[in-house]
Amino acid sequence: MNIQRLFKRLKPGRGAVISIPYFWLLLFFLVPFFIVLKISFAEQDLAIPPFTSLMNLEEGGLLHITLNLGNFDFILSDDFYAKTYLSSLQAALFTTLMCLLLGYPIAYAIARTDPARRNVLLMLVMLPFWTSFLLRVYAWMGLLNENGLINSFLLAIGLVDEPLPLFHNNFSLYLVMVYAYLPFMILPLFSHLVKMDGRLLEAASDLGAGPIKAFFTITLPLSRNGIIAGSMMVFIPAVGEFVIPELVGGPDTLMIGKVLWNEFFDNNNWPMAAAVATVMVLLLIVPIAFLHRFETRQLEGKGNE
Amino acid sequence: MVDAAKQSASEKPYLSITNIVKKFGDTAAVDGVTLDIRRKEIFALLGSSGCGKSTLLRMLAGMERPTSGQIILDGQDITRLAPYERPINMMFQSYALFPHMSVADNIAFGLKQDKMPKGEIDARVAEMLDLVQMRKYANRKPYQLSGGQQQRVALARSLAKRPKLLLLDEPLGALDKKLRQQTQLELVNTLEKVGVTCIMVTHDQEEAMTMATRIGIMSEGQLLQVGTPAEIYDYPNCRFTAEFIGDTNLFTGPVVVDEPDRVEIEAAELGGRIWIDHGITGPKGMQVWASIRPEDVRVDRDPVAAGPNAAKGAVTEIAYFGSYSVYHVKLGSGKVLKAMVPVNRWHEANLEPPTWGDQVYVSWRADMPVVLTR
Repeated sequence: MNIQRLFKRLKPGRGAVISIPYFWLLLFFLVPFFIVLKISFAEQDLAIPPFTSLMNLEEGGLLHITLNLGNFDFILSDDFYAKTYLSSLQAALFTTLMCLLLGYPIAYAIARTDPARRNVLLMLVMLPFWTSFLLRVYAWMGLLNENGLINSFLLAIGLVDEPLPLFHNNFSLYLVMVYAYLPFMILPLFSHLVKMDGRLLEAASDLGAGPIKAFFTITLPLSRNGIIAGSMMVFIPAVGEFVIPELVGGPDTLMIGKVLWNEFFDNNNWPMAAAVATVMVLLLIVPIAFLHRFETRQLEGKGNE
Repeated sequence: MVDAAKQSASEKPYLSITNIVKKFGDTAAVDGVTLDIRRKEIFALLGSSGCGKSTLLRMLAGMERPTSGQIILDGQDITRLAPYERPINMMFQSYALFPHMSVADNIAFGLKQDKMPKGEIDARVAEMLDLVQMRKYANRKPYQLSGGQQQRVALARSLAKRPKLLLLDEPLGALDKKLRQQTQLELVNTLEKVGVTCIMVTHDQEEAMTMATRIGIMSEGQLLQVGTPAEIYDYPNCRFTAEFIGDTNLFTGPVVVDEPDRVEIEAAELGGRIWIDHGITGPKGMQVWASIRPEDVRVDRDPVAAGPNAAKGAVTEIAYFGSYSVYHVKLGSGKVLKAMVPVNRWHEANLEPPTWGDQVYVSWRADMPVVLTR
């Protein structure tokens, strides 16, 4: 059996395997993004679809390209959008931090239990996914409502005289956001922590580091990639979150997802909605690309010599 | 242990392990070990896997709590101290180098825990790097080093705090055979240069014999024998030690003659008597074992005088090792006796070396066998 020949024959197949995810990204991410980008340069129009086309072939073979920068100009000039982006980023950042603070100990504990119980605990983390996301948000509404379970209970036992303001404010917004995104933080963190060599902690202890010191000098730095991965998985979707702020957020909650929805459905202004989405993607891509470069440099190592 | 008591009579022990027991559930991994270690000694705990040697080492490091017993190091009872409170450092079998730190940071880690001033840390790290000849790799990360280099960094890291006791867990176990032999002597030289008291754990008898000043043989959680490599090889005190250290031929039988100047054992497997030129203290008729090392067995092509310590048999196997060969000789009883024969044995006698199936005569001197009672 000539292994070399077998390998050569496998090679084109290997290329095909690698190209599948690229093709997937191209088809379902890059192409739609360019369609959105295209729409963002159009103008609102009373037509189906409700925007003008960018290119017109006029009589005499003259190709007329119209790029409308007005939407972007409007986003930049009206500080309503800047405020909304900022508060979206802030909400996402806070959600990410809370998820990290809650998720890290959970992931750590799961990684440290014996393998038999570990799977049960992981199941419990993923169990909420078995129910519809929307249903779970509605369940929270039923709990936090002025006449909801929590307030009814507190009133019934006489702990409070009037319902606590648990609903339609920042408290309910962050509570449900953290609840919804916590598993996305726990799972990547767990997969990093479970791989960690326990002997490194023994070595740290042997060299004089107490448990707390060992955690901050060994465990935490070594789980950095898990922290980054988990934070990305929470932060990115949280920035554009629409359902949670819409259903449980307060009346003054400014989230970019809500603005997008308003432009798209209430104002029927597709180009404006597209421009808002484009700016959001750019806001996210720049820091991610930066982080990615930093990561790669770390991986390649910087050892002198 | 008798040996340990005899050793410590001359000098006060630096480390005293007293009747230490470690139970996991109902099974005792370490079952009552008592051992004294002298200052600057390189002591090897030798045994096959699962004999409890690693558990004993981990109890010294503080990573396992003894079920009972006491450990005293340099006058201080450390039995219940946490690992980070002990003046003991360990070199791990897998090295356990911190992958996110450079070589220099790995070595400095323990010193930083002691809040040593930065200037002193830098000086000590440089000294350690020189000691293991790794200075030019100071800024590398562990994954950029070869196995041998990682081993040296691990050694430097465990020596950096100048521990009162250094523990080595299978120090060369992760290296390939060639590199291992070369590193053995290098490691001993480094340890002697530093003058650290050291306990190492190994399953490799050659490693223990080469590196250690004294060896403790462990089996099933117990310390069977303690002594210098030569003592253990020449005077094993039980069958386990005799078979574990080096190779040996064991014959069993009752003592039939026990005089002050000789013992005779009726060995059924030999088809005759084993004659030993010194007396033993034991009742006549007692079942004992005689251990005869392969290198003490003489092989002849011509019949030797019939009598004790001799037998005839057929060559079933010849293993050639260059300067010597090991012959497997099948005796009349079916027992296979191993004999190590120098290669020039036949040249000097002007004889053809025996080959497979040849009839040969084996014999040994009366001062060669060691009598074992357990």
